[in-house]
Amino acid sequence: MNARARLIALTRKETRQMLRDRSNLIVGLVLPVVLILLFGFGLSFDVTDVRIAVVIEDSSAATMTAVAGIAGSDYFSPIWTHSMPEAEALIRAGRADAILRVPAEFTRDLLQGEGQLQLILNGVDSNTAQAIETYASGAISTALQHISDRQGDPAATSASVTLVSRIWFNEANDSTWFLVPGLIVLVMTLIGAFLTSLLIAREWERGTLESLFVTPARPIEMVLSKLAPYLVIGAIDLVFCLLAARFVFDVPIRGSLWIIILSSLLYLLVSLALGLVISGVTRNQFAASQMALLTSFMPALMLSGFVFDLRNVPVVVQVISNLLPATHFMGLIKTLFMAGDDWPQILRANATLAAYALVLIAIARRTLTKTLD
Amino acid sequence: MTALTVSAEGLSKSFAGLAAIDNLTLTVRQGELTALVGPDGAGKTTLMRLFAGLLRPDAGSLHVLGVDVARDPQQVQDRISYMPQRFGLYEDLSVQENLDLYADLHGVPMAQRRDRFARMLAMTDLARFTDRPAGKLSGGMKQKLGLACTLVRSPDLLLLDEPSVGVDPLSRRDLWQIVLQLVKDDGLSVIVSTAYMDEAERCAQVHVLHRGRILASGPPDTLRDRAGGLTFVATPLPPMPARALQARLIDAPDCIIDAVPQGGNVRFIRRPDADAARLADLIASATPRPAELEDTFMMLLRLQDDTPPTTIAMQTTAMASDGQPVIVVRDLVRRFGDFTAVASTSFQVARGEIFGLLGPNGAGKTTTFRMLCGLLPATSGHLEVAGRNLRTARAQARQRIGYVAQKFALYGNLTVRENLAFFGGAYGLSGKLLRTRITDAISEFDLDPTAVSGLLPAGYKQRLAMAVGLLHHPEILFLDEPTSGIDPLARRAFWRRITALAQGGTTIIVTTHFMEEAEYCDRIAIQDAGRMLAIGTPREVRDLSGADDMNSAFIAIVETARAGRNAA
Amino acid sequence: MQGLLLYLTQTLALIRKEMLALLKDPSSRALLFAPALMQSLLFGYGATYDLTHAPYAVLDQSRGAASTQILARLDGTGVFQRIATLDSPARIAAQINSGKALLVVIFPPDFESRLAAGTTAPMQVILDGRNSATAGAAAAQVAAIVADFNRTLGAAPPVTIIRRAWFNPNFESRWNLMPAMIASLSMLQTLMLAALSVAREREQGTFDQLLVTPLTPTQILIGKALPAIFVGLVQSTIILLIILFWFQIPMAGSLWLLYGGLLAFTTASVGIGLSISAVSLTMQQAMLYTFMLVMPLMLLSGLLTPVRNMPQALQILTYANPLRFGIDTVRRVYLEGATFPDIAANFLPLLVLAGITLPLAAWLFRHRLG
Repeated sequence: MNARARLIALTRKETRQMLRDRSNLIVGLVLPVVLILLFGFGLSFDVTDVRIAVVIEDSSAATMTAVAGIAGSDYFSPIWTHSMPEAEALIRAGRADAILRVPAEFTRDLLQGEGQLQLILNGVDSNTAQAIETYASGAISTALQHISDRQGDPAATSASVTLVSRIWFNEANDSTWFLVPGLIVLVMTLIGAFLTSLLIAREWERGTLESLFVTPARPIEMVLSKLAPYLVIGAIDLVFCLLAARFVFDVPIRGSLWIIILSSLLYLLVSLALGLVISGVTRNQFAASQMALLTSFMPALMLSGFVFDLRNVPVVVQVISNLLPATHFMGLIKTLFMAGDDWPQILRANATLAAYALVLIAIARRTLTKTLD
Repeated sequence: MTALTVSAEGLSKSFAGLAAIDNLTLTVRQGELTALVGPDGAGKTTLMRLFAGLLRPDAGSLHVLGVDVARDPQQVQDRISYMPQRFGLYEDLSVQENLDLYADLHGVPMAQRRDRFARMLAMTDLARFTDRPAGKLSGGMKQKLGLACTLVRSPDLLLLDEPSVGVDPLSRRDLWQIVLQLVKDDGLSVIVSTAYMDEAERCAQVHVLHRGRILASGPPDTLRDRAGGLTFVATPLPPMPARALQARLIDAPDCIIDAVPQGGNVRFIRRPDADAARLADLIASATPRPAELEDTFMMLLRLQDDTPPTTIAMQTTAMASDGQPVIVVRDLVRRFGDFTAVASTSFQVARGEIFGLLGPNGAGKTTTFRMLCGLLPATSGHLEVAGRNLRTARAQARQRIGYVAQKFALYGNLTVRENLAFFGGAYGLSGKLLRTRITDAISEFDLDPTAVSGLLPAGYKQRLAMAVGLLHHPEILFLDEPTSGIDPLARRAFWRRITALAQGGTTIIVTTHFMEEAEYCDRIAIQDAGRMLAIGTPREVRDLSGADDMNSAFIAIVETARAGRNAA
Repeated sequence: MQGLLLYLTQTLALIRKEMLALLKDPSSRALLFAPALMQSLLFGYGATYDLTHAPYAVLDQSRGAASTQILARLDGTGVFQRIATLDSPARIAAQINSGKALLVVIFPPDFESRLAAGTTAPMQVILDGRNSATAGAAAAQVAAIVADFNRTLGAAPPVTIIRRAWFNPNFESRWNLMPAMIASLSMLQTLMLAALSVAREREQGTFDQLLVTPLTPTQILIGKALPAIFVGLVQSTIILLIILFWFQIPMAGSLWLLYGGLLAFTTASVGIGLSISAVSLTMQQAMLYTFMLVMPLMLLSGLLTPVRNMPQALQILTYANPLRFGIDTVRRVYLEGATFPDIAANFLPLLVLAGITLPLAAWLFRHRLG
């Protein structure tokens, strides 16, 4: 009879409840800021200050030139050691990531054109290890180039292919540029997972639903009223994220701002609705919180293409990844930030998210069917 | 047809194969106050929920306000108001916000709202607290607010499921005044379920429910007559206390249906077929008294269940009452911020005594209790339980007390046996001794060891809580509102057990909202707003107020004190 | 002696009750153990930095023997898969933007002729930088192939670098990530379990019943902590077994030391959880505080990015993060075969953390005013 008035009343109630409990606001507003700072400043895949133990068994001018490449590089902070056992101990103690060994016969071999340096890497952190290898060989060969230039080595002028790499969208290959857009996905995910996943369960546990059921309030009104205040919180977080991306981390925003905002809000809606579904299905705060943690945050972090590229994973995992709404939004938001408006992707991803939103809201509505059976 | 608000025919509803409502047929007339009474697990709540469209019947038909509830529950829900047993107030919202929410949901126009709210707030005496969060109200005030939220508009039918559980006599009186006034002024149709027979007496129609069926129906007068001629009152010969006589009577189920102490006397109902000689043996002289609804109720149920409650006295540390104080409280004070919950309270309890702590909701009884048990530090004052302050005493001192909390506080997902085993272990019992104690407790309290505790009916939960509290044979037993929400039948069994324990030397401290239960106590204290208003034997307290029965005495004492405080 | 027996009887009763409450219900059992199983399998396959599939497009304007050879080498890796051959530079953008190609390889028209003339010939690679890790890995692989090709041209540099990788010879990122999962996945749930354990009892009113028994705060602490630690270790074991037998990552170190480290780590986590629990009045608060803590703990642990890369201030903060030391211990014992002296330094912060949080929780049990 008066659906609008009821919806307003319920929304007002949900908003008040949200504002009354400080822990809601801490998770809703403070945690995103903490995450923004951690992501912007704390996380970096960019390897710098690699601790490399340098063992020189052959001290000659050539050796010094080769090693100077390491010493002069921003990437390395060399530790000078006297013997291999000492260097190996450093690796085992976790105090060095790599060893560069200049063997005793290095200068002799170099004069014969087949000098060899040994690079021993701790492969545990495979990413860093590979980066170290690339940097080390680059630094050394640049340094040695000077030797051959001086010596007028004929090899320097022979035919060779030089590689000119250009990384589009992220010329400096700065990991902040892709971590920050991904952060928006995480923040939108966690608001849904952590805040809305308790809403219906709490009303079941506290017995408030029984009274609410026997009023003219319709289930869909209850669902929508529970989504509305958290959409506002999420929108505020979105503004935080965008401002930080633009002004603190200097991440480019190449797509249209309004498409970014609308898509983010759509994903936020999906995430909030998923939280409500978890809440309504479990009817129990303990189980709901476990489920929320397991189904939203971890997959969004690990399987959405956030840090791990989905191109590299087996088909089965790709299929599972593509079932996650986060995956669709992750691809879209990275493109929107770094590449620009790619309309086919914008339409496809948003259609998928809209479908998720509708289905999840329908399920949430069903969990509030007015029966205690 | 139009004159019927509810008509149920052949209604059945079962949960997990157990019939909660069993082929029940019932009609409720419009504009009347109708009561549903019955023991725990009779199906009162299930029936209310069926009326409210919250449960779908398995069989039979149910029309509420002429609407088939199973077909269109929402239409019924648009027109009725329902107050569940535990009204779901939003505790983080204020009193006014809760009222606004329900007024908005029911679409009460703004113009009507002002008058309505003013009337509701005046009737519930909540006008001073409109800004207070509902969670900070006392139990009775919450219940009244729940009723106010339910009554933000005049519904076509009002359903109240045990509205007065855990509510003190004053609030209970206020609550009923509201309902009766609405029936009178607005011609409201009301269905109320209750465990208080004095409440049922005020209704136009009473239905006695038992095991999902109607046992008897009719106006209170007609029902009352069924116990006519069987009701008597007996006076014990001094120095015998009334409760000793009551115990003797209730232990003779072949002659006596029911016996309760009242005002130093014992009211009892004899069995219609009781042997006159045997009766004379039990009791020297008895005067007939008019029958009450409770008498009929007890009679109907006792004759229904031919297995009388087992009444073996619990084995206890046999120490007779020697008058030695085991609990000493002097000038006890507890403040929360600038709110004084308990103000300068002093009393002593002797070994083997039953000491009753009475008071309106929010009077400070639970706070006093929690301080005695060492769950809450006192702000100032001296307190000693079995010679120690439990808050600072070594853990083993707690071995000597048992505690039964107000709310069911055992592990709901564990079985009865698992709960007993855990608490037994926590009290250091093990091996054969623990097994024997558990077996004894299970047979003594007639429990099903494999039942999941959280799913037990209220009365059985209370029994389990008692069994747990007594497992280690404590010297002192603390019981916080142990009889709230349980039926008269179970309450009799409970008090029989308590008197047996006291006889064995166990000291018992108990709070209750059933004033007639104060009659079982050796001494009672009445507390309000944190202060002791009266302390003494039930007779002394009654004499102090000049009232005949404890209920009126209680109300008189509290109101006099409040009037004095307001004047000051 | 009798006192000790009593102490044990009481504590055991509590432990048994906690275990029953956790494990009795099949659905709650499933919730405790199934996620560890599923997540470790999923993440084992899904969380990888290793380039296994790099679709690329070619714009070959030279159409010579050299470009064909280089492309053959790219295809020969099995990683690079050609998905398109372009005929004009205008088509490059579409390939990259749509994400169809990770990289586009461009040979300019004079590529062949410059090589024939004995000079350097530039070959261009355009990479999709939306995932900088993948772009970097692809660039490195192309560079290696080009260097290899140059060697066949006789342009061998005077120095070669012989690379040996310890502990993870093939640089598989799974080797790096999965042992870290042993610590991180189990922490998520044990922290939550511990955080809810007391808060749930407070909310349901059973905690008072517990406090009036003769159980001491220490006993309650033990009774609450041990089951949570047990669940954490079982979860770790499930993940460990999957890594050992399903993913077949060889274990280099001692199983005893691994479990010693896990025990210290789990105890510290449970200590944090119980402290949250003792502070919280409701389950909702306990959960939200846990969430609030879990995310920074995960991000600042070295799970995804090395702690070394963090700013100094944050690195200091990580000393309070049990997960940092948990992950480090497991990785180093599992992969590097570290011995106790190597990782002894990791135990210190964990034990300090447990030594502060556990007594704090026990004290709060009784002193948190409701």
